[in-house]
Amino acid sequence: MSSLLEVKDLVIKFGLRTGDVTATTGVSFTIEKGEKLGLVGESGAGKSVTGFSIIVLISKPGYVADGHILFKGTDLTKISSEEMRNIRGNRISMIFQDPMMTLNPVLTIGTQMTETLLAHNPKMSMKEASEIALEKLRKVHIPSPEKRLEQYPHEFSGGMRQRIIIAIALITDPEIIIADEPTTALDVTIQAEIMDLISELCETEDMGFILITHDLAVVASVTENIAVMYAGRIVEKGRTRDVIDNPQHPYTKGLIKALPEGAKGSNRLNQIKGMMPTLTNIPDGCAFNPRCPYVMDICKTDEPSLIQVKGMDTQAACFLCKEEVFTNE
Amino acid sequence: MSRHIDNFKQSYLWYAFKRDKVAIASMIVLCILVFTAVFAPLIATYNPYDPINTDVMNSEIPPLWMEGGDSAFLMGTDAQGRDLFSTMVYGMRISLLIGVGAVVLQSVIGITIGLISGYFGGKLDSFFMRMADVQLSFSYLMVAIFFTAILQAAVGVGRFGEIAIPFLILVIGFSQWPQYARTVRASVLAEKKKEYVEAARVTGFGAGRIMWGHIFPNTLSPILVLSTIQVANAVMSEAALSFLGLGMPISRPSLGSLINSGFEYIFSGAWWITIFPGVLLVVLILSINLLGDFLRDVLNPKLYKG
Repeated sequence: MSSLLEVKDLVIKFGLRTGDVTATTGVSFTIEKGEKLGLVGESGAGKSVTGFSIIVLISKPGYVADGHILFKGTDLTKISSEEMRNIRGNRISMIFQDPMMTLNPVLTIGTQMTETLLAHNPKMSMKEASEIALEKLRKVHIPSPEKRLEQYPHEFSGGMRQRIIIAIALITDPEIIIADEPTTALDVTIQAEIMDLISELCETEDMGFILITHDLAVVASVTENIAVMYAGRIVEKGRTRDVIDNPQHPYTKGLIKALPEGAKGSNRLNQIKGMMPTLTNIPDGCAFNPRCPYVMDICKTDEPSLIQVKGMDTQAACFLCKEEVFTNE
Repeated sequence: MSRHIDNFKQSYLWYAFKRDKVAIASMIVLCILVFTAVFAPLIATYNPYDPINTDVMNSEIPPLWMEGGDSAFLMGTDAQGRDLFSTMVYGMRISLLIGVGAVVLQSVIGITIGLISGYFGGKLDSFFMRMADVQLSFSYLMVAIFFTAILQAAVGVGRFGEIAIPFLILVIGFSQWPQYARTVRASVLAEKKKEYVEAARVTGFGAGRIMWGHIFPNTLSPILVLSTIQVANAVMSEAALSFLGLGMPISRPSLGSLINSGFEYIFSGAWWITIFPGVLLVVLILSINLLGDFLRDVLNPKLYKG
């Protein structure tokens, strides 16, 4: 029995005039029905491009150079664009960051919802489509949905719009939902509401859910599994609780320390020194070595691969984990 | 439907319109003129195309209020003895038909090309835009004179009269499409970067559906403004061509050919044959242009000025 989605050794490159730039290297993860996975990392770590690669919509000049994306056993990198269009938005949906921008300002939300349905089910009647749209609006707790169907996006608040976007993503009963920073543009109370809604829906609908974000708090509260990305590589992955409570990779440690709660007593927030390298300028060996507080000689020459951490359910790409030099503070 | 009317009544467009006296006046004038043109057979006192109503003995009768005026001919008659008022009403009908027809043709070609070059970009875009540059570097008059001359020679002047309306629509329509293509392309370039377009792609929509269903409705306001200005331009182009003798024949005159036909008689005292159609043309164009200005100011003050 193959997994719902399996990403294997994904390499995404961007063809530039000066040569190819590698955006992600050897990214692998799997996701099962009803599972919620968090993809975490700084801006430019390759989270979003990984998300887009799953629906085969990397914007030019990016392309998948190597690796497989298996959706229920079918390799999405190998099927025709016609077949892909039938999967995209139908069986795999995506939710975007900014709810103010993702709805078309001149179409009523009813039109936008039914259009998605009709595009994937040409035989469906308009009436059936609007009934499904109503049902989905109820599911995302929009009050008096009959009236709302005829309104335009500017008549809704930000939180309401994000819920409508979720309803549109849900409308074809997809098997996987990819959310690219779905709550970044919303304030904290609405954020919690939206995240609760999404995780509740994932459980009732038995969907796989990939949450792409840089917000560790959101990941910790929603997901079961986590993959931490740095400079296009997964540096640590495992059960969310384990990784947050007991991080193995120095980068993950740094991220968690950087949370405001970590700055107890002292006035300054802890931060990881330096910046993430640009993709054209990734250092030899471990990509994190210039910023790593525990850097060793081997880190500057060899690249660590993801290995099982002893006695734990976590995998990390760090030599410290291998040699067991590194103990938890 | 009533919801749409309610929405319109609450819109800024309606609010601004109610407060703009010039816009209201031009709208009223334009409505009267269009109504007259559409219902020409009911309003005109004679059918100017019917030879029974023409009598050379009635030629060059001055308007009613002048000495020698005839109560049968309100605005006098032209050189062929046709009632000038009826001929003008029918002429305006032809002018408007050609103007609107040419704009429909322009917009269909221009919007399609503009959407395609804006959305796909790259070589296709360069090709269409260079084509537009080439097209615009020819004066439409030159193109029209060239094709009219060929066509008149090919089918004969007599038959040319029968195909003059579609021919003028084609000539004016084809010579002006770059205006639309450029305006639409510019809007598409701005709209295409917005996230809703990406969201539509993620939903699995094809390029055609995204272009026509999602981007096109967002470019409507510049198109609307451009269209009003282009109708006025097309009516004027037609009048200019007809005035040069390249447009509508005198047996089925448009406003332009009426002005032209009266021009020979203006110094012999029959000024009304030229002046009345001329004034009507000015009023028609002015009301369209003023409405276009109003729309431009309301919809987007930064837009193209005609």
